[in-house]
Amino acid sequence: MVHFTAEEKSTILSLWGKVNVEEAGGEALGRLLVVYPWTQRFFDSFGNLSSASAIMGNPKVKAHGKKVLTSFGEAVKNMDNLKPAFAKLSELHCDKLHVDPENFKLLGNVMVIILATHFGKEFTPDVQAAWQKLVSGVATALAHKYH
Amino acid sequence: MVLSAADKNNIKAAWNAIGSHAGDHGAEALERMFHSFPTTKTYFSHFDLSHGSTQIKGHGKKVADALGNAVNHLDDIPTALSALSDLHAHELRVDPVNFRFLSHCLLVTLASHHPGEFTPAVHASLDKFFSTVSTVLTSKYR
Repeated sequence: MVHFTAEEKSTILSLWGKVNVEEAGGEALGRLLVVYPWTQRFFDSFGNLSSASAIMGNPKVKAHGKKVLTSFGEAVKNMDNLKPAFAKLSELHCDKLHVDPENFKLLGNVMVIILATHFGKEFTPDVQAAWQKLVSGVATALAHKYH
Repeated sequence: MVLSAADKNNIKAAWNAIGSHAGDHGAEALERMFHSFPTTKTYFSHFDLSHGSTQIKGHGKKVADALGNAVNHLDDIPTALSALSDLHAHELRVDPVNFRFLSHCLLVTLASHHPGEFTPAVHASLDKFFSTVSTVLTSKYR
């Protein structure tokens, strides 16, 4: 079970407060689909994913990205209880969505990269380290109910 | 995995934009890696790993120079990095998982310093580039 120090929690909370969830969500999912094109396998119904600009501008990608990142907000509120907080979503991703948990790691790292583009120097090694712990914790929690 | 013509252009343009900061970025990527992925420190027990360490600066420049060399030989990275590949296989023997950690931290470093250039397409090309270099460096492991 991942444990966050008080300092890590406050680092994460303070940065999260400045994130535009709608924008960042669309960008995170978009970049996942651009950088790791095989992840498009889950999104056949999303329409035009034929180029980087098509993907980044695709309204379904943006909407779904917002959904995903909003859900990630739950992680920020439940850093000490990630596994229970994501239990239902874990079951969903296994039983209904059939998503390989490796994808959670890919998306987590893309999110970290987006935070770096948005926050620049403020995204210091220490801040990154706290966020890597969080995205890793979420990835583990989402995989926890797989069978 | 193949680097397309567009990838090669993106990689060269990105490296150009980085210019003389490459060494600093190399050092920063290493520092980020040691912080976020502490298991990577096991390969550097002989280093001073504190912030601003001369050894990290020196090693960051070494890494950046090797990457710059690869950028100049995108059509034949295996030949350009052959000696480094031997070194990693026979002496350094860094577990392959760690190349992903360093590659990720290189991307984070570049993203934080050059957000304007770090478009999704450039991000994709650089990810492919670091992945290719990693594969070359571990290609003679067994």
